Amino acid sequence: MPKRTDIHSVLIIGAGPIIIGQACEFDYSGTQACKALREEGYRVILINSNPATIMTDPEFADRTYIEPVTPEAVEKIIIREQEEMHRLGATGKLVLLPTLGGQTALNTAMKLHHAGTLERLNVEMIGAKADAIEKGENRQVFKELMLSIGLDVPISGTAHTLDEARAVAERIGRYPLIIRPAYTLGGTGGGIGYNREEFEEIAKRGIDLSPVSEILVEESLLGWKEFEMEVMRDCADNCVIICSIENFDPMGVHTGDSITVAPIQTLTDKEFQIMRDQSFAVIRAVGVETGGSNIQFGVSPETGRMVIIEMNPRVSRSSALASKATGFPIAKIAAKLAVGYLLDELRNDITRKTPASFEPTIDYVVTKIPRFAFEKFPQADPTLTTQMKSVGEAMAIGRTFKESLQKCLRSLEIGRSGLGGDGKAWRIGTDFIGDRDTFPRDLITQKLSVPNAERIFFIRHALRAGFSIEEIYTLSKIDRWFLVQIQELVTFEETLAASVN
Amino acid sequence: MINAILALEDGSVFHGQGFGAQASVTGEVCFNTSMTGYQEILTDPSYKGQIVTMTYPLIGNYGVNDQDAESWRAHCAGFVIRELSPVVSSWRADHSLAEYLQHYGIPGIQGVDTRALTKKLRVGGALSGCLSTEGLSESDALERARAWGGMTGRNYVAEVTHKEPFLWDQNENQSAAFALTQKSGETHQRMIRQPLPPADISIVAYDFGIKYNILRCLRQKGFNVRVVPAETSAAEVLSYKPAGVFLSNGPGDPATLGGIVREVKTLVDYGLPIFGICLGHQILAQAFGGKTFKLKFGHRGGNQPVKDLESGRVEITSQNHGFAVDADSLPPDVSVNRINLNDRTVEGLRHRSKPIFCVQYHPEAAPGPHDSTPLFEEFRQLILSTSKRG
Repeated sequence: MPKRTDIHSVLIIGAGPIIIGQACEFDYSGTQACKALREEGYRVILINSNPATIMTDPEFADRTYIEPVTPEAVEKIIIREQEEMHRLGATGKLVLLPTLGGQTALNTAMKLHHAGTLERLNVEMIGAKADAIEKGENRQVFKELMLSIGLDVPISGTAHTLDEARAVAERIGRYPLIIRPAYTLGGTGGGIGYNREEFEEIAKRGIDLSPVSEILVEESLLGWKEFEMEVMRDCADNCVIICSIENFDPMGVHTGDSITVAPIQTLTDKEFQIMRDQSFAVIRAVGVETGGSNIQFGVSPETGRMVIIEMNPRVSRSSALASKATGFPIAKIAAKLAVGYLLDELRNDITRKTPASFEPTIDYVVTKIPRFAFEKFPQADPTLTTQMKSVGEAMAIGRTFKESLQKCLRSLEIGRSGLGGDGKAWRIGTDFIGDRDTFPRDLITQKLSVPNAERIFFIRHALRAGFSIEEIYTLSKIDRWFLVQIQELVTFEETLAASVN
Repeated sequence: MINAILALEDGSVFHGQGFGAQASVTGEVCFNTSMTGYQEILTDPSYKGQIVTMTYPLIGNYGVNDQDAESWRAHCAGFVIRELSPVVSSWRADHSLAEYLQHYGIPGIQGVDTRALTKKLRVGGALSGCLSTEGLSESDALERARAWGGMTGRNYVAEVTHKEPFLWDQNENQSAAFALTQKSGETHQRMIRQPLPPADISIVAYDFGIKYNILRCLRQKGFNVRVVPAETSAAEVLSYKPAGVFLSNGPGDPATLGGIVREVKTLVDYGLPIFGICLGHQILAQAFGGKTFKLKFGHRGGNQPVKDLESGRVEITSQNHGFAVDADSLPPDVSVNRINLNDRTVEGLRHRSKPIFCVQYHPEAAPGPHDSTPLFEEFRQLILSTSKRG
């Protein structure tokens, strides 16, 4: 199927200001989309309030509006541009591509849809239709949909008031409970309630922060393994997995704050293929017609029970990572699929000969580690939860997990050359502990059991202090496979240290 | 740590650490790009005579288990990897990979720069090699690699086929698809493992080195399958009065199987519905009068895009073949209905007037994607429509 000829101009909504939970990854995806659509001869119109982005450089769009990313501004732009197109004598129409500017763009487009603006102005959404976005984004609708196609989900319920929240908590019957507000960026306002008091505090805050005053209260999957799949679909229903991702940090930490690894390391092919089948079932049921989606899974380490956590019916943070990890330009291809191309009509940018309808297979390991800046936010609680707190991330490629982990830790630019053994003292609060000194057991226990930015280093400290893999696993629920990899690095550090002495 | 060595006929030598069995073996060194599924690969009889290199560097992470074997044992000659996991992490694991290989007498080598090795194989094509974990010298290993002589002209089918006919899974305890437990705690939805349908269509499956998952998939579609040895005559097959015939995957050079091709030609002429996979597809092509040739580098992995020319759909497929069917050698009554989008080689054939179709790839997956599973249902529908007509 060739590209659509009934389209003249494509309006792309950018992600607006950079905030925690939504950073430059959407500048990357938006820029890719602008380039891809202009390459096809479409007139590209861009709105983004953030001038410190690459996409707003003059050469990327035919017309760039530096305006607040609001439904009102977008509506004015649509009217103005439709008049302009009329003046130009354009035969095609103006369409809106809302899936490349993160949650901000998606929410803005949905507001325009709900207000009837898009219908009134005869503007089609491409990439994902409003009802698909609704199904993917509304947690209760999504959950019902998953159950209706036979997929497993955590037990949960929605609430709009504190009383409703209490009723759901009673039905689930045990703490901790996860609270997720609807339609907020990076899970803002969410959290984990370990007891009634905490639960009610977070629930109240979540209801206040949600633009639709709605929260989801959910069975806790703390300690479960977390996985992600990056899926692409074209309008002929061809589906491919671009990248599979395993989270180093188990469930309970926002995926943006988790150390993540591509590809998946600890699933058998049987389990992996079920996850692949389920990913396709999700994207088809939600009805994302073209482009990329990100689907998150929780897996019980004891029974293998696999539950769907959520899906993003748009290019996401993980898409940017998956693009670099595999060489498959997700945002660019998503933009081309949105205007009607099929995967097998597009070229694979790496081989330049074969089509884009394939699944990247890699012979290396990719590790992503989030970068935190708690020193700049002294009031913030440094415990990692379902609300994203990282301000950036680093990614590294290695032929082994150990190599990619060490490179990535160095790339964080926090002054360390890896897991440790670089001779630099460790700052713990106001105290300093020598690089090769033994850390106190109670501090290690606390830092392993409560997710925090330094936990990766405390696995080293624990191993050097004589903790066994089983003890560390019990405290952190980080998969033993990762722990043993770190143990190998620590053992090597000791070998090196011994050879110096 | 045991010193191990891998020598290739072109003179290159890789050193590493041995695991699995202590042994010295020769075979064709090939590479597989699947990132999961090493146990299924090791136990696929099609790898008989091959020293398999995994391009994904971290292997053994989830161990091996008693459910994921694709035959009664591991078959490949040797196993080459970058790094063996020192720990097994899976609720499904029963053994470590090293224990498993040792049990079947197969040597493994780790610590090899598998990327450098793969690049060599991609440039020069598959090479003869010698893998030793018992202290063979470089010169001895090179000599053995060069003396082996290559895959062309080798018939391994006789070694991996079952020696006697048997009925597959009469107890119905081996054919259910792998499923995960579900417990959403909700009253309106609870996934239940699909029960097997009645086995109401009897077919004969030629075993050239058949993978168990093919048999599982056939049973799941209601076939009662009689598995017969590779050298079974057409007359014997017809004596079972099957509603259709299945031709399996298998190892070695398809051009060495003249006797089998003759029997299959008899079945083709007889007009029975036939479905072939991999080697079975290559045998059918020869029975139609076509030829096969050795690919410079085979297709081995789980991400090969195949286009169905009839529907326009693209399937991501699991593949494992070093030979392919020459499209120009085929008679006009056979159409090429599927092609590989990477190198445009033949991936599927359909007979224009007889109820026969075949594919070069593996719809049974194991390991690999499930995109092509509907082909087993297509075989069932083909048999049903043929018997209605007949």
